[in-house]
Amino acid sequence: MAGIATPPSQIVPPPVAPPTVAARTRTQPAPLEPAQTGVWLAIGTICMSFAALTSAMVVRQGAAPDWRHFQLPYLLYVNTVVLMASSATLEWSRRRMATVPVGAASGVYLTLALGLLFVTGQVVAWRQLAAQGLFLATAPSSSFFYVFTALHGLHVLGGLAALSYVLRRLRRIAGPVPRAALRAAAVYWHFMGVLWLYLLVILATRV
Amino acid sequence: MTETTAQHHHAPPRGFLRTHVFSLDHKVIGKQYLDLALVAVCTGMLLSWLMRFHLAWPETPIPGLDKVSPNGAAGGVITPEYYLALMTMHGTIMVFFVLTTAPFAGFGNYFLPIQVGAEDMAFPRINMTSFWVTLLAFLVLVSAFVVGDGPPLSGWTAYAPLSAVGKDAGPGQGVGQTLWAVSITLFCVAQLLGALNFITTTLDLRTKGMSLARMPYATWAWFITSVIGLIAFAVLMPACILLILDRMAGTSFFIPGGLVISDRLQPHSGGSPLLWQHLFWFFGHPEVYIAILPGFGIISQILPVFARKPLLGPRVLISCLIAIAFLSYTVWGHHMFLSGMNPFSATLFSVPTLVITIPATIVTLLWIGTIYGAKLRFTTPALFCLGFVSVFVSGGISGFFLAQPSIDTYLHGTYFVVGHFHFVMGVAAMFGIFAGTYFWAPKMFGRMMNETLGKWHFWLTFIGVYCVFMPMHYLGLAGNVRRYSAFTDDYLKPMIPLHRFITIAALFTGAAQLIFLFNLVRTRLRGPKAPDNPWEATTLEWSTTSPPPFDNFGGRPPVVHHGPNEYGATGAAGDYVMQASPPSARPA
Repeated sequence: MAGIATPPSQIVPPPVAPPTVAARTRTQPAPLEPAQTGVWLAIGTICMSFAALTSAMVVRQGAAPDWRHFQLPYLLYVNTVVLMASSATLEWSRRRMATVPVGAASGVYLTLALGLLFVTGQVVAWRQLAAQGLFLATAPSSSFFYVFTALHGLHVLGGLAALSYVLRRLRRIAGPVPRAALRAAAVYWHFMGVLWLYLLVILATRV
Repeated sequence: MTETTAQHHHAPPRGFLRTHVFSLDHKVIGKQYLDLALVAVCTGMLLSWLMRFHLAWPETPIPGLDKVSPNGAAGGVITPEYYLALMTMHGTIMVFFVLTTAPFAGFGNYFLPIQVGAEDMAFPRINMTSFWVTLLAFLVLVSAFVVGDGPPLSGWTAYAPLSAVGKDAGPGQGVGQTLWAVSITLFCVAQLLGALNFITTTLDLRTKGMSLARMPYATWAWFITSVIGLIAFAVLMPACILLILDRMAGTSFFIPGGLVISDRLQPHSGGSPLLWQHLFWFFGHPEVYIAILPGFGIISQILPVFARKPLLGPRVLISCLIAIAFLSYTVWGHHMFLSGMNPFSATLFSVPTLVITIPATIVTLLWIGTIYGAKLRFTTPALFCLGFVSVFVSGGISGFFLAQPSIDTYLHGTYFVVGHFHFVMGVAAMFGIFAGTYFWAPKMFGRMMNETLGKWHFWLTFIGVYCVFMPMHYLGLAGNVRRYSAFTDDYLKPMIPLHRFITIAALFTGAAQLIFLFNLVRTRLRGPKAPDNPWEATTLEWSTTSPPPFDNFGGRPPVVHHGPNEYGATGAAGDYVMQASPPSARPA
C-alpha cells in the first residue's frame, strides 16, 4: 500500500436511505424518558454505595471489641415523620397537576419546606449527640452514624436542588408543565425517604 | 416525550470558549478526554522510564531529577521511597487517567451517540461536568509532585494502614496521600456521571430501527462497561471517603489499634486494614474489565471491517461480554490470596477466576475464527487488532496460573504478576486505543493518518512490548520480587543484566511512541482529507460526514435497516451493507 492510506478507488458507496419526513418522526412505541432512566440509574448507584458502607459497618463491628452502643436521639424519629410528610405533599401535588394544575405547585413548596426542616432536624440531632460527647471519631459506631446521616443529608440537599429547579420551571407562565422533570424529581425524593427508613433501621439496630 | 427530547436538543454554540473548551458537544468532550489521556500517558510513561533506568543502573544519577525532587532524588539518584512514589503515580495515572479515560470515556463519548444515531448524549451538561471533574481529579493528583513532600508511596491500590495513617508513614504520606484520595474520589464522581449518561443514551436515544440486536459491538461494550462502572465506582467512592476521614478526622475504619509507625503509637483503635482491601478490590477487579472491555468492543468492530467477513457469533460475543461483567464481581479475592485468607475462601475466589477465562477464551476464538480464511486488508488499525489478540492471549495465559492460590502465593509478589497485568490489561488496552485511533482518526479529524508511519509504529511497539514484558515472567519464576528499587541481594544480582535488557527495550519502545505522536499531530494539522467512509465500514458514524456536523447527521436522523455485521466476504467493492442502507440492499 502507498504511504498514505487511500480508499480503494473503485468503491461505489452503497446507497443511503434518502432523508424523508418519515425518518424524522418516531413511529416506534414511545421510548423511555431519559430523565426517568437517569434517576433510576442514580438510585441504583446510590444503593450500591450505601450497600458498600453497610458491609463496611458489619465488618468493622466484627473486627474489634471497641464498638460502642448509644441511644439514637428521639428527634430522628420526628425527622422521619417530616420526611414522610414531604413525600406525601409532593405526591399530592404531582397528581393534582395532572388534573387541576392551578395551585398544585403549593404542594412542591411545602415539600421544599419540609425537606429543609428535615435537614435542619438532622443537624440538631448531631448537636444533641455532640453534647453527649459523641463525635465523628469517638467510636466506630458514632463514625458510621455521622457518615450515614451526612451522606444521606447531602443526597437530600441534591433532591432539594432538583425540586427548586422544577419549581423554577413551574413558575414560568408560558411553556408546558415540566412533567418529566417533576416525575424524575419525585421518584428521587421518594427514594430519599425509603433510603432514610433503611438507614434508620440499621442505625437503630446496630449503634 | 417532546419535552425530554427538547432537553437534549441544544443549539450550536457560539464563541471559542463554548465551542472548544466548555462545550456540551459529545464529540468535543470525547476529544478532550482523549487529549487528557494523551497527556496522562506521556506522564505515566516518563515515570516508568525513570523507574526502569534506576532498576538497571541504580547508582547512576539522572540529570535534572534532583531539581524535580531535591529530597526524593538528591544528586539525581532515586531513593527507595521516591521509587515507590514514582510507582504509585505511574499506576494511578495509567489505570485511571489512561486506561479508563481513553477507551471508555474518550472513544465512548465520541462514538456511542453517533453509533446509536443520536445527536448527543442524554444529558450534555452532566457530560461536560464529568470531563471537567476528571480533569480536576488529574490536576489534584499530579499536584502531589510539587506540594508537600512529594507523591504518596502506597501504590495505586493505596493499601491501609500505610495509606491511612498520615505523614508518619513516610514522605508523601501526608499531603500527597490526601491528594491521591481526593483525586480518586473526584474521579469516581466523574465516572459515575459518565456511566449514567452512557447507559441512558444507549437505552433511550437509539434512532429508529436501532434495536439492541443491531447495535454495533463497540457500543455494546461501552454499554456493558458503563454498567460495571456504575457499580464499581459506587463502591470505591465511599471507600475513599472513609480513607480521607481516617486521615483527616481521626476515625479508625482501616487503622488497627496499637499500631506503632516511625516510633509513634498511632492514636487509632480497632480498624480493619483488610476492609480497605475488600472494598478496593471489589472495585479494582471490575476496573480491569472497565479498561479492557472497550478494547474488546473496538476490536470486535474493527476486525470484520478489515477481514471483510461478518464477525463470527455476534450473539455469543455479547453473551460473553455480559458473562464477564457479571463474573468480574465475584473474583476480587484473588488479589488477596496473600492476605492471610482462609484457604476455603481462596478456593471460592479461585473457581470463578478460572471460570471467567472461559468467556474471555471464547471471545478470542471468535476473533480468530473471524480472520480464519479471510482476505485481510493489512492496514494499521487491522495490525493493531491482531496485535491486541496476540498480547491479550500472551497475558491471559499467565492468568490461568495466577488464578490458583497455591501458585499465586509464590508468584504474587514477583515480576510474573507485573508481566501478566501489563500484557493483559495495559498493553492490550493500549493496542485497543491505538487501533481505535488509527481507525477513527479519519472520522474525528476529517484526515487520514499516515499508513507508513503507522506500520513502523505498530511493528516497533509490538516487538518492543514483548521484549519488555515477556522476560518479566522469567524473572518472576526465578523469584525476583517486585516493588524493590534495587536488587542488591545475592540471589537477585544475576538478574540485573536481564533488567538492563528490559530497560533498554522499554526506552526504545517508549521512543517508538514518538512516531505515533508525530503522526497524530501531523494528521490533525495537515493530513490528506478523509472521505466519509474510507474503510468501507457499516456502522452509522460512516454514514455521516468526516468529521460529523454539530448534530451528527445534519438534522436528518438515520433510519437503521441492517445489523452492523453485513459483509459479503467476497473482497469485491461494495461487498457490504451499511446500517442505514435501504431495506432491500444486499452485499455485492
